[in-house]
This record gives sequence, C-alpha cells and structure tokens, in this order.
Amino acid sequence: MLVDSLKREGVEYIFGVNGGAAMPIFDALYDETEIKLIPMRHEQGASHAADGYARATGKVGVALATSGPGATNLVTGIATAYMDSIPMVAITGQVFTHYIGSDAFQECDVIGVTRPICKHSYLIKDCEEVADVVAEAFHIASTGKPGPVIIDIAKDAQIHKALFQYPETVSIRSYKPQVDGDPAQITKAAELIKEAKRPMLYAGGGVVLANASEELRQLTYNTQIPITVTLMGLGAFPETDPLAMEMPGMHGSCCANYAFTDADLVIAIGARFDDRVTGDLSKFAPNAKKIHIDIDASCIGKNVPVDVPIVGDAKNVLTELNKQVGMTDIDPWRNQIQEWKQKYPFEYEQKADKVMPQYVIEQIYEHYSDAIVIADVGQHQMWAAQYFKFTEPRQWLNSGGLGTMGFSLPAAIGAQLGCPDKTVVNINGDGSYIMTIQELVPAVTMKLPIKVFIINNMYLGMVRQWQELFHGKRYSAVDYHDNPDFALLAQAFGATGLRVEHTEDVAPALLKAKGITDGPVVIDFIVDEEENVFPMVPAGAGLGDVIRGLA
Amino acid sequence: MNPEERHIFSVLVENRFGVLARVAGLFSGRGFNIDSLNVAETHDKSISQITLVTHGDAQIIEQIYQHLNRLIDVIEVTDLTAGTHVERELLLLKVGTPDSQTRAEILQVAEVFRARVIDTKPASVVLEITGDEGKLKAAIELFETYGILELARTGKIAMLRGSEK
Repeated sequence: MLVDSLKREGVEYIFGVNGGAAMPIFDALYDETEIKLIPMRHEQGASHAADGYARATGKVGVALATSGPGATNLVTGIATAYMDSIPMVAITGQVFTHYIGSDAFQECDVIGVTRPICKHSYLIKDCEEVADVVAEAFHIASTGKPGPVIIDIAKDAQIHKALFQYPETVSIRSYKPQVDGDPAQITKAAELIKEAKRPMLYAGGGVVLANASEELRQLTYNTQIPITVTLMGLGAFPETDPLAMEMPGMHGSCCANYAFTDADLVIAIGARFDDRVTGDLSKFAPNAKKIHIDIDASCIGKNVPVDVPIVGDAKNVLTELNKQVGMTDIDPWRNQIQEWKQKYPFEYEQKADKVMPQYVIEQIYEHYSDAIVIADVGQHQMWAAQYFKFTEPRQWLNSGGLGTMGFSLPAAIGAQLGCPDKTVVNINGDGSYIMTIQELVPAVTMKLPIKVFIINNMYLGMVRQWQELFHGKRYSAVDYHDNPDFALLAQAFGATGLRVEHTEDVAPALLKAKGITDGPVVIDFIVDEEENVFPMVPAGAGLGDVIRGLA
Repeated sequence: MNPEERHIFSVLVENRFGVLARVAGLFSGRGFNIDSLNVAETHDKSISQITLVTHGDAQIIEQIYQHLNRLIDVIEVTDLTAGTHVERELLLLKVGTPDSQTRAEILQVAEVFRARVIDTKPASVVLEITGDEGKLKAAIELFETYGILELARTGKIAMLRGSEK
C-alpha cells in the first residue's frame, strides 16, 4: 500500500535503515523493482542522502527508518532539510497502535520530537489513510516553501490491507501557497529599480529551489545591476560574470559587504536576511530601500524592515518583473563595484612548505569545474564557497542553515544516485568526515565514483579559528591530531585512499582520482593547520567592519 | 522598543489530533507569549476555533500572524483587535459565607455584576460571571474582600461585530 503510493509519486530511491517497527515496509521493498532501496549504515546518513538527492535533482527525497532510535537518528537530517527548505518525506515505523503511549520497546513520540523541525507531519494508525496521506505529504513537501514532511506509520497499519485508491489530485483547504506576486507591488518594485542609483541584487537559495536561475540571470543581464548570491544560492548566477560580487556575509567578499553598506536599493530574492549575511542589523544596508521577494510571508520583515514586500514564487515574480525593467543608468556605481572587486579579491598567502587549503580548492576547481560539489560544514566549506567558481544552480550543495557537520558524504551518495552522469565531488573536513564516515560502506558497495577530498588541518578548524581570535588561543576540544589515517582507513573500507602532504602532489592526485570510476576515492589533503578563513565579519559586527586578514 | 500591544487572534483550525500542540509549540519555540487560550469545536465539527490573546510590538504581532498562517492545519487567522469586536470570559467563583449577613451582602454584590448563583452550600456559594476583562477584574477585586475560596476562569472568546467578517 505504502510502496504503491510511493511509486505513484515517482519515487526512484528510498534511503533507509531497517528495524523492528518498519520491517513490513522493508519487506515490501525487498523484491520491488521500480523503487530502489538504498541501505545506509546510520539513519542520519539516510536522511542526509535523501536530502542530497533532493538538492541535486529538485525532486522529493525519501528516507525510511524504524521507530524509536531509528526515528531520532533521522532527526538531524530532518532539521537540516527544514532549515534549508529541502523537499523530503521521512517515513518512520511506529509501534503497534495498541502499544502507542505505553512506553513500549523502541517507542518514541516522533511527531512530538519533530514538530518544530518539519513542515508537517502525519501519524497513520489505519492503513485506509495511507494513500491520501502519502499524496498530501508529497504535495506539501514539494510546493510553496518546500520542506520535510514526516509520515509515522504504526506497524499494524503497515501490515493490514485495504483497497488501493490513489487520489488523482490533492486539495487541502488550509494550504494554498501564494505563488503569484501582487502586480501592484511588482510595479512598485520596478519603479524603485528605475530610480535607484546604487541598486544591488541579493539572491538566495530560494532562487535555486524555485528553479528561477534563468529568470534571475535575465533580470541581472537586462538591468546590469551587480549581484551577490548567498551561500545557499551559489550557482544561481555564474560567479565568473563581471556583475557577480560573489558571496556576502561573515566570510563573504568585501565587495558584496561594502556594496550592502553603500547601496540605496537592495533587491532580495529568495534570501532571508540571515544573521550570517547581515551582521549587526542596525548597520546593515542603512541607506537602502528593500524589496523582498519570498514565497514565505513570515520571512519578509522578520529581521529587516522591508519597503516593498512581494509574496510569491521567485520564478513567477521575476518573470513579471522582467517585463517591466530594463537597462539601468548606474555607471558610477558599477565602476565602484569593479574597483572593490579588483582591490579586494579572495586571497591568501602561500606559506613555505605547507599545502594551503585554498590552493587545494583552486586546484579542485581547475580539475572539476563542472562537478556537483557537496561541502560539509566548517572552514573548508567557506574556502570552497570562496575559491570554487560556481556557474550552475544545484552545482553546490551544503548545509547552510543548520550547519550540520557530517552532512556531506551521505548527501553526496544521494546526489550521485540522482545525477549518475555527473561527477560528484565531496569536499569534507577532518572533523565532519569522521562524523558520518560509515556511509563510505554503501558508496563502496554501489561502486559510486564519488571523489571525497578531505581538507585535513587536524583541528575542528572553524572553532579553532574563533578560539584563536576570541578565546585567547585556548584550543578546547578541537585538537583532532588523534584521527586515524584517512587514506588507510578508506582502503580498509574498500575505497581508494590517497594521502597528499606536498603542494606539488595536489594536482597529480586530483588527476589520478579522475581516472578512478569504479568506486569512491578518498584523498586526505594534509593542509596548513592554522590557516584562517578571511575576510571575516566578527559575529555581531557590521558588514563594513570586515577583517580582511591578520596583519 | 516599539510599544507592546494586546491582540486577540481567532484561529480556525482543522479539528485534528495534535493541532493545539502545533500552535502552542509555535509560541514556545519562537518565544511569543500566550496570555489566554481557548479551544472549542465550531458548528462545523471538522473545524475548531482557537481564541488566543497575545501581546508584542507590531513586528512580533505580524510574525505571529504569519507563522500561524504557515501551519498546514490552520485554515484562517483573524486579528480581531484590528476591527471592532466583542469579547467575553466566564468566571466561576466560590466565596465563603460564614454568616447570614455576609451571605446577603455577597448576593447583593453578585446582583451588581449580574452573576448567577449556580451552587449554594451552608458555608459557601459558587457564582458564575461573564464579561470582558475589566468587569471580571473588578468582580474579583470586590469578592476578594469577602475571601475567595476557589476561582476558575476560561480563556477569552471573541467575535467581530456585525458583518465585519
């Protein structure tokens, strides 16, 4: 019943870990041919893999786990997907209906636990409900502002049989996302754009989620307004373009941050004025009027007062806006942007006898510029965002909102399965890699040619950086010199494992990895241990107070 | 800080298991305040009405409105304070009546508040009073001088006047 419903939703893969209260579902998947069951090694891996699949393909990812600990292990992945608005359906087995509430073995109130971290959730006690709930869950997960939906299904509802009638359409009276922007507001926005002398576009992950990159590019090219794309939106606009100011915020480009500080108009599209972007709100874009286009009305005006709010789908709104705006007359501003861009590029100092992490990223870009890049969380993530020049949407996947370490390797599995013709590069850290290292097993088993590149500085590097700058170099609980040899460990897993300790070996190793297509390759790049991520806007400071480096 | 305002929201929700938890969780999770809460079925059994009194500055109130609307099971949110509305609460009071003189006085005061006597025992009476917040506050203050033994009150319920809906 459940499996038939999932087939109707076009599900290709289910990422799961089996267990008592989900056994009937796994049993139904055992000889299933249309849907492939991907057994992961930990439920967190299952939810991240479903998430990675969804991010790479735009389709709904599906994770499956048993009750109790199986379900709680999914939680980090569900919260990760929720924060980044990723369409996902997480299915959890639940104990028999008559045991619910009795503290039965492996019982957990999954609906209660996940309530604040999912878009919606369902508890199914009767198998008659299965088809309707699955249809609603996929509808809710994938429309409006996408997000994870939980289906908790009691074991008896998995076992019982009912007549299968799948709903042709879904209509929920309490859920009608507003996709078209208010025409009057769009006209107002167009007028502000025409009047502005120092306008900037600020695009976020919402543009990627709405598949609105084409419309965004058209707007940028037609108006020639400089654009900054957030960590979540990277690739929505090609960073190689002269109008691209690159990423804004805490570790963003000086150009983008100075532009915010001086702009007289900020046009936010599918971006939510996150604290990592804005810094001190009282100093954020103080001279600018704000236009905010977002599918989620509750996002507009949450952090920053907005002059022209437009609730709607980015694709629809931009299509309308593009009809009303043309070339802007803002040469002095564009020249200013170019000056900042040239004066303050992302840069680092090559230290003698060290492999610089930024250099490794530059080389990865050199050799894998077309790849889907999945980063984990930490310094390597920021360096990857800074030094890899993304040109296509869904080319860059990372846990931006929740900042979940351990996200990337399982997400890479989902992305590789979803995009079998693409090269998938996983840029990882030594701290984050070991958090979900067990998922190398399914990658090896399935012979997925994922390139795992570890930027290994033997520390929880981002925390160490903060300790160096703000805690008097008291390196509490960040020393990872006791990690195992990742190259040898990869071999023990059955993958190819390489270790690179010298700058001249970086490019040859990357080339070698390219030739290995029958399974994952892990390259452990031993990099400078105490390199920091710059520029940096200290937490709580204004964007104008960016630190460009340690003098 | 912008001035804080008191707002009454009428929230129509699907009459389903767990909906109240979603609404309450939204308030606790985002640090919003609930001053009073009332939940009951409407004339349509598939819909429940939550009447919720909260306070905050204009930006917080707007956030509360938007976040309530964002919940999948919420059908409609109305900020009743935006229009002219009527609001009522029900109060039950048990007041001690040690002697017949006090008893007579209490019953007189009860009349002033249009309170109904719904239970009477030799040493106490239970009174039922409806009204807005101000009236109930005045009643409590007055009966406190006689000694309130027990008090129970509902959350507020409210409705827009006339055809404003």
